[in-house]
Amino acid sequence: MSADVHARSGHFRPRPRLRRTIGFVFAALCLAATLVGLVVLALLLVDVWGDGAHRLSLGFLTRFPSRLPERAGIRSALAGTLWTLGLTAAASFPVGVATAIWLEEYAADNRFTRLVRTNIANLAGVPSVVYGILGLALFVRALRLGNSIIAAALTLALMILPVIIIAAQEAIRAVPNSIRLGAYALGATRWQTIRQQVLPIAFPGILTGTILALSRAIGEAAPLIIVGALAFVPFTPTKLTDAFTVLPIQIFNWISRPQPAFHELAAAAILVLLAVLLGMNAIAIFLRNRYSRKL
Amino acid sequence: MRRGCRKRGSPVRSGRDERLPVADETPVAGAAGHAAGAMPQVPGISPATAVGSTLPGRALTGPRSRRLRERTVGAILFAAAAVSMLTTLGIVAVLVVESAGFFAEVSPVEFLTGTRWTPQFRPQHFGVLPLLAGSILIAAGAALIALPIGVASAIYLSEYAHARVRRVIKPSLEVLAGVPTVVYGYFALTFITPWLRSIWPATDVFNAASAAIVVGIMIIPMVASLSEDAMSAVPRALREGAYALGARRFEVATRTVVPAALSGIVASFILALSRAFGETMAVTIAAGMTPRLTLNPFESVQTMTAYIAQVSLGETPVGTLEYRTIFAVGLALFAITLLMNIVSNFVLRRFREVYE
Repeated sequence: MSADVHARSGHFRPRPRLRRTIGFVFAALCLAATLVGLVVLALLLVDVWGDGAHRLSLGFLTRFPSRLPERAGIRSALAGTLWTLGLTAAASFPVGVATAIWLEEYAADNRFTRLVRTNIANLAGVPSVVYGILGLALFVRALRLGNSIIAAALTLALMILPVIIIAAQEAIRAVPNSIRLGAYALGATRWQTIRQQVLPIAFPGILTGTILALSRAIGEAAPLIIVGALAFVPFTPTKLTDAFTVLPIQIFNWISRPQPAFHELAAAAILVLLAVLLGMNAIAIFLRNRYSRKL
Repeated sequence: MRRGCRKRGSPVRSGRDERLPVADETPVAGAAGHAAGAMPQVPGISPATAVGSTLPGRALTGPRSRRLRERTVGAILFAAAAVSMLTTLGIVAVLVVESAGFFAEVSPVEFLTGTRWTPQFRPQHFGVLPLLAGSILIAAGAALIALPIGVASAIYLSEYAHARVRRVIKPSLEVLAGVPTVVYGYFALTFITPWLRSIWPATDVFNAASAAIVVGIMIIPMVASLSEDAMSAVPRALREGAYALGARRFEVATRTVVPAALSGIVASFILALSRAFGETMAVTIAAGMTPRLTLNPFESVQTMTAYIAQVSLGETPVGTLEYRTIFAVGLALFAITLLMNIVSNFVLRRFREVYE
């Protein structure tokens, strides 16, 4: 079939029927490959739902974990997840957006700026366990925060910072330059232009990117294991330095036990975690659709 | 991460030069400060009204305070940007300093070439090869699944799918990447492993194959999405040229589009492999905790990431040699994934076909 075979054989053989068959099979294979992912996703959801749905109840959400499966709940894990969500957002959002503004609006195109950009791209590829190790050495030990919820949130904030920066950069870059020039022409300074013109337009995009990054942080367990999330937490955190657990850690803990009853609890907790993530993604999509038609 | 790669892959980079004809900060503050003399060429608009229209209801502030504010804001923004640089420095410093303590007691040669990894038992052996082999086994298995499926999906999305279909399928595939990795671990342990055991009864409860399959599924969207971006960037004229020569659609896809987008596709492979290498929870749950130098995917293995998680879960006292192993393993993991990311970036830049 290849070109050089034709050249060597010296005469052109179009073989239309064979090529049509190959084309049809190829298209079918590509479509099948595309559907593999979706089928697996469906299988996964059905599997988890089948295992855990009957364990879902109001009591499951409001009870603390227990050695007895029928009394166990995810109150502390859910509270820990919400705490981490808020703290991580509070730490990563301002820093991420400020970095993006600096890169897009202030930084000169010199070697240092390129270094910062490359560095951010590389940070986005660093495995989450490595962030856990950094969090352990920096927040837990050097800053003496201990195995606390604030140490965990700061670790996750560093982990999702590159994602937020890149999303915010794209949103800021999408603001038409004519708007900046218009503001400058009216006598605005650079910061006035950014704060009053660029940021309001870029904000939905920044927010969407931040929510998606946060949903990644919420599902993450590996760095928190290293930072020292506890497996058994029979209380909800009340201050930043309290010990904590989060949903993924609780799920991991239940999966690690041999009894099938705990696997059902894990499945039920997964359903809650997926519901939280689904909610966050729905908000992100809603924001994108709500504000994207403005320009 | 995905977005970052797309940025790197995009043909047009927005540099500062094309945007602002401005030399320094406070671009127009001077003009406003110099009152009427600065802008006489704008008929009918005095500088005061011009500024006032940007700042309704606010008194016109003097050039010095504005300049000061601009400087302060610039400094704050720069400080934020420095956080990401400090993060990298922090990672490198922590890994190197703590590993130095480890390598003071264990020779790097033993670490890199030893074939036994038993830090928790006597006699202790600190050969990282079993962990490395575990990570490679999982990443290779994941690649076996994700690369063909990812590229085929990318070809379908880029060359066959209607725009409307693509708008539905692409975000749905992204959902696969957004599922938390503990969930994949659960799926591997309670669904994939029993299924594997029904086909191949000798499979261990914890096995590399099951973990590799879910990690492969996890990275499909990355390969598909980045490859699709690369294929969509291939100019239409190339496709039309191929069609004009009588090529069928599959020939255009495999002989024109894929070769033209090859740098992006290869870059997506390497990035996805790096992601598979760094994946922790799914492999900790599904592949087990047995550091073992094996190529048998139906046995339990331990990856570098799973080892770090295992030590953190246990009661290893801080400051002991066993405890320091996680930094040495972390350093190796960081170096490998960083190298893969750099290579991926290099491939993308160096071998990209540039079209006008």
